[in-house]
Amino acid sequence: MFAPSTPMARRQARTLGGSPLLRWALIAVALVFLGVFLFVPLVAVFTFAFQKGSAGYLAAVSHPEARSAILLTLTAAGIAVPLNLVFGLAAAWLLSRFRFPGRALLLTLIDLPFSVSPVIAGLIFVLLFGRQGWLGPWLAEWDLHVIFAVPGIVLATVFITLPFVVREVLPVMQAQGSDEEEAALTLGAGGWRTFLRVTLPKVKWGVLYGVILCNARAMGEFGAVSVVSGHVRGVTTTLPLHAEILYNEYDFTGAFAVASLLTLLALVTLVLKKYVEWRSEAS
Amino acid sequence: MSSPHRVLPGFRLSLGFTWAYVGLLVLIPLSSLVLKTVSLSWPQFWDTVTAPRALAAYRLSFLASFAAALINVVFGLLVAWVLVRYRFPGRSLVESLVDLPFALPTAVAGLTLTTLFSAKGWYGQHLEALGLKVAYSSLGVAVALTFIGLPFVVRTVQPVLEDIDADVEEAAATLGATPWQTFSRVLFPAVLPALLSGFTLAFARALGEYGSVVFISGNMPMRTEIVPLLIVTKLEQYDYAGATAIAVVMLVASFLLLLVVNLLQRWSHRRLETRPGT
Amino acid sequence: MSFRVSFPLLVVLVLSGCSKSSGDASAPVTLLNVSYDPTRELYEDFNTAFAKHWEATTGKKVSIRQSHGGSGKQARAVIDGLEADVVTLALAYDVDMLHDKAKLIPEDWQKRLEQNSAPYTSTIVFVVRKGNPKGIRDWDDLVREGISVITPNPKTSGGARWNYLAAWGHALRKPGGTEATAQAYVEKLFRNVPVLDSGARGATTTFAERGLGDVLIAWENEAFLLTDEVGRERFEIVVPSESILAEPPVAVVDHNVDKRGTRAVAEAYLRYLYSEEGQELAARHHYRPRSAAVAQRHAARFADVKLFTIDEAFGGWRKAQAAHFDDGAVFDRIYVPQAR
Repeated sequence: MFAPSTPMARRQARTLGGSPLLRWALIAVALVFLGVFLFVPLVAVFTFAFQKGSAGYLAAVSHPEARSAILLTLTAAGIAVPLNLVFGLAAAWLLSRFRFPGRALLLTLIDLPFSVSPVIAGLIFVLLFGRQGWLGPWLAEWDLHVIFAVPGIVLATVFITLPFVVREVLPVMQAQGSDEEEAALTLGAGGWRTFLRVTLPKVKWGVLYGVILCNARAMGEFGAVSVVSGHVRGVTTTLPLHAEILYNEYDFTGAFAVASLLTLLALVTLVLKKYVEWRSEAS
Repeated sequence: MSSPHRVLPGFRLSLGFTWAYVGLLVLIPLSSLVLKTVSLSWPQFWDTVTAPRALAAYRLSFLASFAAALINVVFGLLVAWVLVRYRFPGRSLVESLVDLPFALPTAVAGLTLTTLFSAKGWYGQHLEALGLKVAYSSLGVAVALTFIGLPFVVRTVQPVLEDIDADVEEAAATLGATPWQTFSRVLFPAVLPALLSGFTLAFARALGEYGSVVFISGNMPMRTEIVPLLIVTKLEQYDYAGATAIAVVMLVASFLLLLVVNLLQRWSHRRLETRPGT
Repeated sequence: MSFRVSFPLLVVLVLSGCSKSSGDASAPVTLLNVSYDPTRELYEDFNTAFAKHWEATTGKKVSIRQSHGGSGKQARAVIDGLEADVVTLALAYDVDMLHDKAKLIPEDWQKRLEQNSAPYTSTIVFVVRKGNPKGIRDWDDLVREGISVITPNPKTSGGARWNYLAAWGHALRKPGGTEATAQAYVEKLFRNVPVLDSGARGATTTFAERGLGDVLIAWENEAFLLTDEVGRERFEIVVPSESILAEPPVAVVDHNVDKRGTRAVAEAYLRYLYSEEGQELAARHHYRPRSAAVAQRHAARFADVKLFTIDEAFGGWRKAQAAHFDDGAVFDRIYVPQAR
């Protein structure tokens, strides 16, 4: 799923048999499909965003509420991504290097946030931290706020993006094998040293790719965050929520302007990813 | 490749950390869901999850997700093939675009697709002329889910295609196989496991999707109401137990699907390992 | 080594990230007003007005934060711990739930302020396309063959429940009307509904931007917003002969204001809605004011329509909710046979 391959060396494609006619027909069908489903919607977002000209666009994205939403989105991603990076490395090491009972179960649990409906993802944190949740009374006693505050948004984001780094790094670690680690250990290097000096450099492109995907998803998450946010203007609204708010206020141009910011973030992410792939092929 | 190497350090550390993290962030939160359901008696639970509206919603969610995953299998394989085997202008743009649905916030995707496919939209006006109603129908649900699931098939199949040597196909061609035979006898069996897991992932992702679907589906009870919307509906009546009951059904479905993917991947991994030269 | 250290550290980090709410006394007081979608512009203006008024009368500064969303979702957020000082929601049932589900307010909350705790009201009207091409005049026109009606999903939208009850009430109250004829009428009405958006604003967008439907059933204030600001020259309002009196209620959330020490200012905030200035702002934002003097000034704006209350026609929100919108109630029964 999570493009396990990309950082792998990619050999120059050699087209086999097949007439040029078939080849171009296949390319054409693929391009039409992608054009209809991906390219046109992308163009549409920007077209709608600039319907009121660039002044309207700038006004929408520099509104104080938009700015605070940008900040919150960056904060949530800034906390969720490093946490899941550390987790991803540990879990990938575990799953690639060892066979143990419960391995398939663990892997499935790691995948689960990917498939759980965002509605459910938000609900579980309400059931846990809400006033009537498990930890609700305890939190109230200490006057701690988790949901309807920044920590809840961060938690929901961590949950949603949990699988991505593991899923990217795992296949790369598996493919690399562990001979070099064993050699380093035999030569007397410590465990941590071996991990940092031998393992990490080998999988660094996989790690980067995972971080990029994780980040993209963290910034774009809507459903789960919407449940735990409380929608307090300028305080607990992230960029996707802000886009929805504008849309609900009939400010369609503004909504798409904010959406286009997110799309830009996504595109920057994709360009970064491309760069990472290019570097990994070069090295 | 990855046989047990207990000489390597960090087994207990990484095992402890991984389980602790997964326990704290996945298991405990999800178990709160199951525990909330316990407040229902078994007959209440059964009535809730088998109500006609719930059944209609499962049917729509499963069928639309299935259809979307199937479309993605066909076009995902094609796109992956084109990306791996052909060089053409704009290839790297296409390559980057494939991940877009994944990075785009689902609500934005929903709004955009609805705008495009509604009767006044860029697509809608032409489709309407052909008598096809996409927005506000179950077709619209499938369209949104296809959009959401596309990257998963492409990205699972792509690496496998890359690993298959073009030599194998050339050899088949030299031995007189037609392109179709080469595809069906040589290529297809090799990518089948990846295709299956891509399918299952796209399917699993589509089952839970909410943000992009509610805009385009029209939300008609019994007809275009997806399961996550039903959960929201229950919550709107302050029926937390009912909402969690349906959520548990979906959770179990997701869990089983993903377990199948993981077992499938292990199986395909073994198959690949036994192939000479890989 | 550092993994062992970093895990407890991580827990500490996460916990320390939890925000503390108790501010020190010198900081300006903040209030959180948890409201529903269409009131945003109203409260933006009202908050400024109230802050000025509060500073003039007490010398203290107050800043008010706003949260808007679907009425039910907002009420649930407050039940689950969103620390709202006041709620200003779309229907009394959602406020009732603050008592029923979490005991955040006393049961008799609605008696604490005048006029059922609803400082402004609205009603349900129709919006049609310019020139009213389908000639829609009253409720009975909505069930005509070939009329396409846009209304949101009553299961997920508070506004949609007002629409539904207005339709039901009309059918019930007209000569010869019974529960059975009312159900038949509403069933026929929903057969003309091609899309059920999850919220009132979504339905408006479907009607206005997607061009779907011949008539939109909407709050009067939303209808004015649509004809005056969003789609000038494209739509017009049709006021039916009889409709429901929609009373969006307001309440201080006792549990939260007592905890945060904001009761005085929160109560003053809601009372100010009844003041001359509050009423004037409500009227300017298309809500019907309660004050006779202010209503007089805006009389030209609000059509004279025969209004019935939810208590008269349904015996209150709790009964209406149980009879019509809960799972297995009338709305579900309307939909089930259709699928077969």
